[in-house]
Amino acid sequence: MADEPLVLGIETSCDETGVGVVRGTTLLADAIASSVDEHARFGGVVPEVASRAHLEAMVPTIDRALKEAGVSPKDLDGIAVTAGPGLAGALLVGVSAAKTYAYALGKPLYGVNHLASHICVDQLEHGALPEPTMALLVSGGHSSLLLSTDITADVRPMGATIDDAAGEAFDKIARVLNLGFPGGPVIDRYAREGDPKAIAFPRGLTGPRDPVYDFSFSGLKTSVARWIEAKRTAGEEVPVRDVAASFQEAVVDVLTRKAVRACKDEGVDHLMIGGGVAANSRLRALAQERCEAAGIRLRVPRPKLCTDNGAMVAALGAEMVARGRAASSWDLSADSSLPVTEPHVPGRPHDHDHVHETAKDNLYS
Amino acid sequence: MLLLALDTATPAVTVALHDGTDVVASSAQVDARRHGELLLPAVDRLLAGAGLRLDAVTGIVVGVGPGPYTGLRVGLMTADTFGLALGVPVYGLCTLDGLAYASDLAGPFVVATDARRKEVYWARYADPRTRLSDPAVDRPADIADEVAGLPAVGAGALLYPDAFPDVREPEHVSAAALAGLAAERLAAGEELAAPRPLYLRRPDAQVPKNYKVVTPK
Ligand SMILES: [Zn+2]
Repeated sequence: MADEPLVLGIETSCDETGVGVVRGTTLLADAIASSVDEHARFGGVVPEVASRAHLEAMVPTIDRALKEAGVSPKDLDGIAVTAGPGLAGALLVGVSAAKTYAYALGKPLYGVNHLASHICVDQLEHGALPEPTMALLVSGGHSSLLLSTDITADVRPMGATIDDAAGEAFDKIARVLNLGFPGGPVIDRYAREGDPKAIAFPRGLTGPRDPVYDFSFSGLKTSVARWIEAKRTAGEEVPVRDVAASFQEAVVDVLTRKAVRACKDEGVDHLMIGGGVAANSRLRALAQERCEAAGIRLRVPRPKLCTDNGAMVAALGAEMVARGRAASSWDLSADSSLPVTEPHVPGRPHDHDHVHETAKDNLYS
Repeated sequence: MLLLALDTATPAVTVALHDGTDVVASSAQVDARRHGELLLPAVDRLLAGAGLRLDAVTGIVVGVGPGPYTGLRVGLMTADTFGLALGVPVYGLCTLDGLAYASDLAGPFVVATDARRKEVYWARYADPRTRLSDPAVDRPADIADEVAGLPAVGAGALLYPDAFPDVREPEHVSAAALAGLAAERLAAGEELAAPRPLYLRRPDAQVPKNYKVVTPK
């Protein structure tokens, strides 16, 4: 246990300042500072507001994570950070902090992919990831179906949303229903008391000639909004619980159907679900039901690990160290559109050695 | 005393080491879009070139702007994190004060940097060490009266010759000047400000464009 890599991870791709500490696949700390309340009145994340909040929160959150983990920074084996994808300015705050921290401590730096981190976090909950693993990532920023044979080196996109992310649709519908932001938890709550079959909302991209693994939520969103508008125009009361339940059912029906189909087609007997929408109770229940029926083992981390956090970044960083992946160089940049196929951003081999030699020289008298 | 100074509030990425009496080493690169990539390697080269080690640093000095936010935050976050990792104090100085300090003007003058959107960040000075007004952000035409007849320092002045006909050196802030100013103030027993960013504008309350309005108006 003690010789498993001890890694601190920093996540700032959206509105959560996350710092986690992980030893191998064991979670030691998961400190979060969120600016979500500051975004609520805008109905979505405002990048500049998020970036300002990251700068304020970073040092206290690092302190808190180290205290929670009960480790000394000098014992760390590496610093990992989300290099992308995400909001460019927000990512840059985390990358700047991680680089400086790694450099000043004389530790290797690992710039890692946010999506791969969402998958890897499950190691903290259910132990080593099966290889291969099918992953359904659903949040306000992404809806992807990914297949990974090695989370540090090989992540293949199977399908993705062609328009809105699933979480975005939740936010939009919550706004139309005047339920506030973020929409996921509140829709889930109302839906529990509603009838999911009350209104037949469309299932996007499920026709026989549609792409098998891609998603579309824009049509659904519009259709729900129009339905609500029509009720209001007619002077009728909007049945909020039934709308929430029927809308939610349309989303999770498509997500689980396509995920299970991908598992079957690829002969993969494990499905992991991550991202903020994985906290949705109906998504969990329906996925469980359909996976059981198909003989697939479902792995969903606890909700706090599904939303953006530093522990997931640390988890992937620890895996990078364990598998001897190359560290990033000191000129690592934030890449708002880092492709999902790049689990980490290794430094160029030559530069990397050179810079690390210099760094060690600079640090130790 | 060994101060590590850095500033990323303008297109320049500038770093310096100062021993309390003199500048030990300094460097600057001008590239408005790559602050994040350039800063740490610049610090690394600075230390290596000076033959000094990071654990000799006793304090961090950082320009707190005003300046374009994304770049500004790179310097502030880096300074904060060095402070945390090394356990040394972090001192914030107004970036415009660094430009003023590096000028050799005797009388009253203005410092102006580029605030983009056809505006400048600016302040008035009595001399290189004495600022007369709080840093502000304005259109050059709107402050023409206030700066009339005064020589001006900084890249913001160069951009708007109508408002600033008499432009003097330097064009960019240097971390060396910031470090010198900080050393001077510390020696005089002055307390230096905490490193808080000078944004001067409210954040654009703009939700990303993929957040579309769904209900027809
Ligand atoms: Zn995410």
